[in-house]
Amino acid sequence: MTPVIAARGLTKTFGDLTAVDGIDFEVPAGESFGLLGPNGAGKSTTMRMIGAVSSRSAGDLRVLGLDPDAHGPEIRSQLGVVPQEDNLDPELKVRENLIVYGRYFGIPRATCASRADELLTFAQLEDKARNKVDDLSGGMKRRLTIARALINEPRILMLDEPTTGLDPQARHVLWDRLFRLKERGTTLVLTTHYMDEAEQLCDRLVVVDHGRIMAEGSPSALIRQYASREVAELRFGSDRNAEAAARLEGMAERIEVLPDRVLLYTDDGEALLERVTDLGLHPTTSLVRRSSLEDVFLRLTGRSLIE
Amino acid sequence: MTTTTAPAPVRRGGGVRALYAGNARAILMRSLTATKSSNWAVVLSGFFEPVFYLVAMGYGLGSFVGDLTLPGGETVSYAAFIAPGLLAVSAMNGAVYDSTWNVFFKLHFGKLYQAQLTTSIGPLDVALGEISYALLRGGVYALGFLTVMQVMGLNLAWSALAAVPAVLLIAFGFASVGMAVTSYLKTFQQMDWVTFVMLPMFLFSATFYPLSVYPEPIQWLIKAMPLWHGVELVRGLTLGVLDPSMLVHVGYYVVMVVIGLTFTTTRLRALFLD
Amino acid sequence: MSTHTSGTPAGPTTEDPTARAMTAGALPRRLGWWYVAEHTWRAMRAYAWTIVMEGIGQPLVYLLGIGLGLAAFIDVSVADGANGPVTYLEFVAPALLASSAIGITMGEFTYVVMSGFKWRRLYWGMNASPVQPQQIVGGIVFAVVVRMLLTTIAYYVLIVAFGAVVDPWTGALMPLVGTLGGLAFGLPLLAYAASITEDKGQFAMVQRFVFTPLFLFSGTFYPLDTMPVWLQWIGWLSPLWHATEIGRSLSYGSPPGAWPVGVHLAILLVMAVTGWVLARRMFVKRLRG
Repeated sequence: MTPVIAARGLTKTFGDLTAVDGIDFEVPAGESFGLLGPNGAGKSTTMRMIGAVSSRSAGDLRVLGLDPDAHGPEIRSQLGVVPQEDNLDPELKVRENLIVYGRYFGIPRATCASRADELLTFAQLEDKARNKVDDLSGGMKRRLTIARALINEPRILMLDEPTTGLDPQARHVLWDRLFRLKERGTTLVLTTHYMDEAEQLCDRLVVVDHGRIMAEGSPSALIRQYASREVAELRFGSDRNAEAAARLEGMAERIEVLPDRVLLYTDDGEALLERVTDLGLHPTTSLVRRSSLEDVFLRLTGRSLIE
Repeated sequence: MTTTTAPAPVRRGGGVRALYAGNARAILMRSLTATKSSNWAVVLSGFFEPVFYLVAMGYGLGSFVGDLTLPGGETVSYAAFIAPGLLAVSAMNGAVYDSTWNVFFKLHFGKLYQAQLTTSIGPLDVALGEISYALLRGGVYALGFLTVMQVMGLNLAWSALAAVPAVLLIAFGFASVGMAVTSYLKTFQQMDWVTFVMLPMFLFSATFYPLSVYPEPIQWLIKAMPLWHGVELVRGLTLGVLDPSMLVHVGYYVVMVVIGLTFTTTRLRALFLD
Repeated sequence: MSTHTSGTPAGPTTEDPTARAMTAGALPRRLGWWYVAEHTWRAMRAYAWTIVMEGIGQPLVYLLGIGLGLAAFIDVSVADGANGPVTYLEFVAPALLASSAIGITMGEFTYVVMSGFKWRRLYWGMNASPVQPQQIVGGIVFAVVVRMLLTTIAYYVLIVAFGAVVDPWTGALMPLVGTLGGLAFGLPLLAYAASITEDKGQFAMVQRFVFTPLFLFSGTFYPLDTMPVWLQWIGWLSPLWHATEIGRSLSYGSPPGAWPVGVHLAILLVMAVTGWVLARRMFVKRLRG
């Protein structure tokens, strides 16, 4: 089966700046695909090219088998786009927002109206249908934006930082809704700089930095490949971390010294902690946890994802 | 923020003290500081509008109208006749703009007031601070406009100097009422209604032609409106035609100030303190 | 109501995705501009009262103020038509009508556009749909043209009622001319508004240094040649003056020595077309950069 998105050597330059630097990836239908990386890594630019609103500078890109440069309207008719910043119309009521947006796809008004009701149920906003957009909370606005993106029954739902700025509870409600869409076979393409989000939602992801793909795989495969099973996080006080790390040399598979803590990668964190204490080192706090994508990113780029 | 050094207010149960910490100056300072960093051209541009009107109407239309004979028998050029009217109108426009659009935007979008109100500053400080800023600008514009009049040879009377405080009084009157009205408005669209009240006042209040062209009942209606009093007051001062009826005009604006501030205070108390 | 209890929308069909896209894209390619216009009209409902007041209240106030006041006060004739002197109200009416169309663009093609790009970001939402940037401009302009036509038609009815049109039959073309004047002024403004990324009070400057001077120095209240020559150029550049002069000649005919109507019309068209091209370019640049 042909992939719904296929990029080869995809490049985007703005003057001297190369935002996306020759990346290759494919997304098969029904997959949930993530672009993970820090701000400015080129994720949003890649999303804009897939969304057929920004033309590529070089390389090849096919979305649903079509060239975005020639078939923008056709491709966009099959996409649902959830932008990073909401752009709902505050002059319109909640339900009207869905209907008006559906019209942009050439969908008859009556169809828009019945889909709007279904989607309001899906977004758990039935009782807000007649409210003004400004009356909604941040989480509700996001859900409405997602509902709006589904009005054309898209093949691909594209989400740019879907839960940035939401509180933990609102994020979980949103993830639950997205998970349901995934179960129904909708292809999801999302960018995020949240590790937990990528782990929750993505079947497969690419780690992007400086416009290049650093690694690719499922979250668990990436963790297996680029990190150990467990991590011990030790804090010795900000002026003593480096000194302590020097003494820990060789005790773990890998050591990362961050300004506020030292990370030790190992398969058995508890055992490692004991050996540290035996050495006569006494961290002010210590914690053993499973490795996450955060560690993968640190390993790949030498930088923390959220500064 | 320049408001942090304000002394702690004494909040009592009721009365004005609950709303007013005697610190309108802090707001005024903030506005002035904000102006410094904003587009100067925009701030100064307000000066040009009445000048454009004076040139276009005073000289263009004036060539058809010729000179006017005032009720007292004095003869003046058309430009000299409309110039004080334009000055009063620009005082009205400036004051209304600052007390409606500006204040509304800050109340609803700027979130500026919430910040100010959590410091030791009452809503009335805010109101008076904004109005003082509007007046300060209005005063500068007025001086500029009077200078333009003099340069254009519209021979000002010595009493024209008193036109500056008169303009400030007019602006204060409109700003107080504008502020009161604004505190009741909920949407930007309602703001357009303010324009619809101002436009007829501008056109009918003896700005461009004497009131005598109208039938008597309409004349009385116009005389009931605030702008006419402003136009007459400033016109008397710049032309040097002084008479006791001017005190009525002054009184009209004093009443506007009192009513406007009373409503503003009551409304702000309901909004912020109850 | 939904038949799924979970409320989850139906998943993708098994139809060939490329063929489905080709079919679904056809309608928006043709009618995208219309959907944008639909949305714009719906948004205008929020300030419908303002539109009605601007369309009827404002003309009434001007016509009363000038008809009852200024016209009564000026006792000489200021201008001639093809058949001799015309009344002051007949002279001013076409200018007021044209300025009402231009006035509409001062709102619709300034803050509304800035808001679409920056504050409410509505254009970005449209842009993610099948609609193309050129269609977004087209839809906005079409919606505003309809508003200008309705306003100028209402204005025309009023000036006829005030007896301010000498020949109501040829004069009936005035709303079209006024709307063209509105576009000649408004489309370059639209292009400018679309180019602004940061609000530094630019529109207040346009209001004070472009719109107001044009209103005052475009031969609105007295013939342009009353002005000294060094001020007449404002009128020559002014879409208001050109639209007004056409309107006047439709109402009472051109006096000898007036500019030919064709010249006025050509200037307006050049301004409107230039603005249109620039506005489209700006929207594409901004949305597809």
